[in-house]
Amino acid sequence: MRVTVRVNGETRQADCWEGESLLFALREKLGLPGSKNACEQGECGSCSVLLDGVLVCSCLVLAAQADGHEVATVEGLADGGELHPVQQAFVDAGAVQCGFCTPGLVVAAVDLLRRNASPSDDEIREALSGNLCRCTGYVKIVDAVRLAAERA
Amino acid sequence: MTRALQVGRAVLAPRADAPPKTQGAFAYSSDLSAPGMLWGHTVRSPHAHARIAAVDISEAVAMPGVHAVLTHADVPGAKHYGLEFADQPVLAIDRVLYVGEPVALVAAEHPEQARRAAERIRVEYEPLPPVDDMERATELPDLHPEKPTRGHGYLEDDRPNVVRHMVIRHGDPETEGEVAVSGVYELGMQDQAFLGPESGLAVPDGEGGVDIYVATQWLHVDRDQIAPCLGLPESAVRVHLAGVGGAFGGREDLSMQIHGALLALHTNRPVKIVYNREESFTGHVHRHPARIWCEHRAARDGRLVNVRMRILLDGGAYASSSTAVTSNAASFAVGPYAVENALIDSTCVYTNNPPCGAMRGFGAVQTCFAAEAQLDKLAAALDIDPVELRLLNALEPGDVLPTGQTITGSLPVAEVIRAAAALEPPPGEPLPRDPLRLPGGAGNTSHGEGVRRGVGFAVGFKNIAYSEGFDDSTAARVRLDPSGFAEVHCAAAEVGQGVTSVILQVARLELGLDDVRLAPSQTANVGSAGSASASRLTWMAAGAVRDACRAALAEQALRPGEEIDVERVYRHPRTTPLDPQTGQITGERAHVAFAVCAMKVVAEVDVDLGLTRVVWIGAAQDVGHALNRQHVEGQIEGGTAQGLGLALMEEIQCRGGLIANASFTDYLIPTMLDMPPVESVLIEDPEPDAPYGLKGVGEPPTVVSTAAVVSALRAATGRELVRVPVRPDDIVF
Amino acid sequence: MDVLTPRTLDDALALKAEHRDAWPIQGGTDVLVALNFDRARPAVMLNLNEVAELRGYERADGELRLGAGLTYTELEHGPLRDELRALSEAARTVGSPQIRNRGTIGGNLGTASPAGDAIPPLVVEGAEVECASVRGTRRVPVAEFVTGVKRNALEPDELVTAVWVRPSNAAQTFMKVGPRNAMVIAVCSLALSAGDALRACFGSASPRPVLVTAPLDEAATFAERVAEAAAPIDDVRGSAGYRRHALRVLAERALKRVVL
Repeated sequence: MRVTVRVNGETRQADCWEGESLLFALREKLGLPGSKNACEQGECGSCSVLLDGVLVCSCLVLAAQADGHEVATVEGLADGGELHPVQQAFVDAGAVQCGFCTPGLVVAAVDLLRRNASPSDDEIREALSGNLCRCTGYVKIVDAVRLAAERA
Repeated sequence: MTRALQVGRAVLAPRADAPPKTQGAFAYSSDLSAPGMLWGHTVRSPHAHARIAAVDISEAVAMPGVHAVLTHADVPGAKHYGLEFADQPVLAIDRVLYVGEPVALVAAEHPEQARRAAERIRVEYEPLPPVDDMERATELPDLHPEKPTRGHGYLEDDRPNVVRHMVIRHGDPETEGEVAVSGVYELGMQDQAFLGPESGLAVPDGEGGVDIYVATQWLHVDRDQIAPCLGLPESAVRVHLAGVGGAFGGREDLSMQIHGALLALHTNRPVKIVYNREESFTGHVHRHPARIWCEHRAARDGRLVNVRMRILLDGGAYASSSTAVTSNAASFAVGPYAVENALIDSTCVYTNNPPCGAMRGFGAVQTCFAAEAQLDKLAAALDIDPVELRLLNALEPGDVLPTGQTITGSLPVAEVIRAAAALEPPPGEPLPRDPLRLPGGAGNTSHGEGVRRGVGFAVGFKNIAYSEGFDDSTAARVRLDPSGFAEVHCAAAEVGQGVTSVILQVARLELGLDDVRLAPSQTANVGSAGSASASRLTWMAAGAVRDACRAALAEQALRPGEEIDVERVYRHPRTTPLDPQTGQITGERAHVAFAVCAMKVVAEVDVDLGLTRVVWIGAAQDVGHALNRQHVEGQIEGGTAQGLGLALMEEIQCRGGLIANASFTDYLIPTMLDMPPVESVLIEDPEPDAPYGLKGVGEPPTVVSTAAVVSALRAATGRELVRVPVRPDDIVF
Repeated sequence: MDVLTPRTLDDALALKAEHRDAWPIQGGTDVLVALNFDRARPAVMLNLNEVAELRGYERADGELRLGAGLTYTELEHGPLRDELRALSEAARTVGSPQIRNRGTIGGNLGTASPAGDAIPPLVVEGAEVECASVRGTRRVPVAEFVTGVKRNALEPDELVTAVWVRPSNAAQTFMKVGPRNAMVIAVCSLALSAGDALRACFGSASPRPVLVTAPLDEAATFAERVAEAAAPIDDVRGSAGYRRHALRVLAERALKRVVL
């Protein structure tokens, strides 16, 4: 089936098998592998994207359900050569190790800071509790979100 | 030391891979694609133990989109491979030994076509009773009657299913103490749970060879296993490092490498294989489950007199690195304490459970949990402060380990213990609190009811680098371009630990040049780097790059203005095997160096529901010399989280060899609401044998944090808690 | 496999009547897991995301009509949080923020898992499921709607279109036990209210929801009655014995929260 999605502001079309997730379509059909395939069951947040502005796991959205909708992925955050402030904060705080969780965390953190410009540590932890990281122990990820909020 | 200090103080550019990783622009092994690419799929055994009577692929071959269906008959070269012992079939031949063992392969144009074709492969199994209990394994039929680990210099043990049995006899193991404590401890099977699933892309070169892009920990050892199975010379198999989504030991053994290459060569098309999360649980080895019997004997003043431990490890279906884990568990069983007498008996057995092998901490995690529990018990029996008891027995340079090895390098155990003990935990928080700040978290189970606070303490240590004569090296190649830049080649696997930053940092320092470029890691252009394992790679890669840079500068002095291209191989001090009868060293050393970490943990436990919240962790670690403080802290924090997971929630539950919780829904790893803030103190006592005095830092926090967290739970509950992960049942019943 | 995407409720019901084996999919948090792990290959999926009538909530004669597409996030943070306290607390415990943004109350009922977090608070509040088809609509009490483990009372041509609830304004709470402090499936859970009477319903401790009630003056024995009403099993998430014990503890604590 043909799916038409507006991704990062650009209208794109993909021919999908009906059982494909939005994640698979983004990664394998639209050349946007930034959203990651870590669990494909909504338990890790690595595939987080904004669907019509709402933070979702793209592995749990049927590609067909995104037809006619707006998707924002991690690839759309940086402005040309300039990192998004949340991305820059992740780099500066040392919040990146293997980095497989990073795109999903960056998208979730951007979503949080858009709703709450100066979150408490508890608010950061609850908002990002759906994003698993296996390398960092989260300490520097909390630092990064705090840093991004302070700089804004 | 001046030079070493410069390394630490150098103004560091942020790690080069971080910006692309935050942008989703870093290419992990599952992100790759190529024109004409097919999707590979692995058909796996549903049985823990069975004979294969027949395999019929005829229906599958005829399915739409299918380009190849392969079985063991299609493996052109060696039918078996293995990290240390070639005991594992590329594809099952006439039997399967664990659930998830690869039996056949499919390549198709879409992954769904591959899955549907896989469904049509008819495998006729004759199920056999599984050996699923490690305690009974040595009395049951031998799963490997050919004994692949025999003849490698280990203690002879003819019982069925013994992977390795070793004994360390130190001093007089019959020595009595004035006080003795004993206990039996148990650890469940832990998964590395790296987030990037096993995956890769194999591309045929059109001339019979193949390029394999894969997430691995050691490119050259992969190639050395792949090429014989493909029946190809090593030069025709080029292994390239694709982006690695975490490793933690789980990528030491092969996963899709040979399978992808077989399909690519058979179809003459690029083939990508990506495991899903469920498959990933059978796609790599796990941390060995263990049962450990301990008796610690001490003098009335607290001095350890004799430590006796028996260790049993479940190795699962194949050997992997189990022989080394068996030895590591034994070698570091006592912990960083001096004791004149010890008897350590360590056995790993084959079963029909999933294969176990390397995971961060490598045997030392299991014994640290047991031995540190014993020290707390001993402290209570002697009425001595647990920190004082540890200080009293702390190892120091010049002391002798149970293996007979004298510590010649840096090992500031007492300093590390004092630093951790001096860390001040935050004060207790008043009630009411948001349930997020209470045990049970978002579940809203406690508003303060039943909550007790406890403070725990533990110390752990481990060796750095490979050991017992398995002396691997690291090569680095430096090319000085006449136009003024330098290019470094090193096959070191960047698995997230930041080794590429280390390489660039060292090269820039040594060459006095900013424009240093790191070539992609691959097998074709440089010698082996050895593995991203055993807390070894920062040390080894730094040594190799330093030596290559210095050699390049020397060469440049002789031939100014010309292109310089030199490769150097770095080796650490040589080790020799342990005596198979006594477990004593046969040369100067069996282990290269050691690192120690001490941890203080504050936990709150809801004693009525058995739920927990770790509030705060303070760590002090012996790091030799920190090349990059932020990276070192990141290793401590991340390593701690993995040990916390084992303490509180992580266990692969096997039922008759079947993993009952092969998903992130039921194999739980800590979330941001489970992992507390960590305060780290870095103790810098340069390692004399290491470049710039540095030490590997990845494993010590994982070794100790499980023990430290459970120590805090014991303090909060008064329960013995002899098994991890600690279940709510263990606290409330 | 086919995906059908109706734009109106009438179209959705007509399609369901035509494709009686179609799987409805709303937030996808259960269906996609089955698809991604090759556990199911439904011939037809009925994508309900575009049916505006399923969204939001409305009031009628003192009752609330919660659209089947109401998300956990809307329940957790939206204007209903004070009126449906236990349901709002339950919503906060569901999965992750991402799951709460997509998962819906209708999906939770349709899946009918014993671990469905919305079910105990709805049972305690006496909620009813609106089941609709081209033949008309009917209401089924939630406790009767769930007929077994992952089984519900829907006829093959019906969809869950709403949940009706008359807020009791009784003091109430929801608690959920899991071995991790976020993002867990319930080992067991409990919703409890104290209005005209004590009412409790637990999750993950019986194949079907069970409502336990008692007069307010029997609070002293109520926790024990809740625990006895459970029929828990041993599984990878917990033992039967622990579940029964935990329910007793939860009920005691819940009573203190809502009665005292």
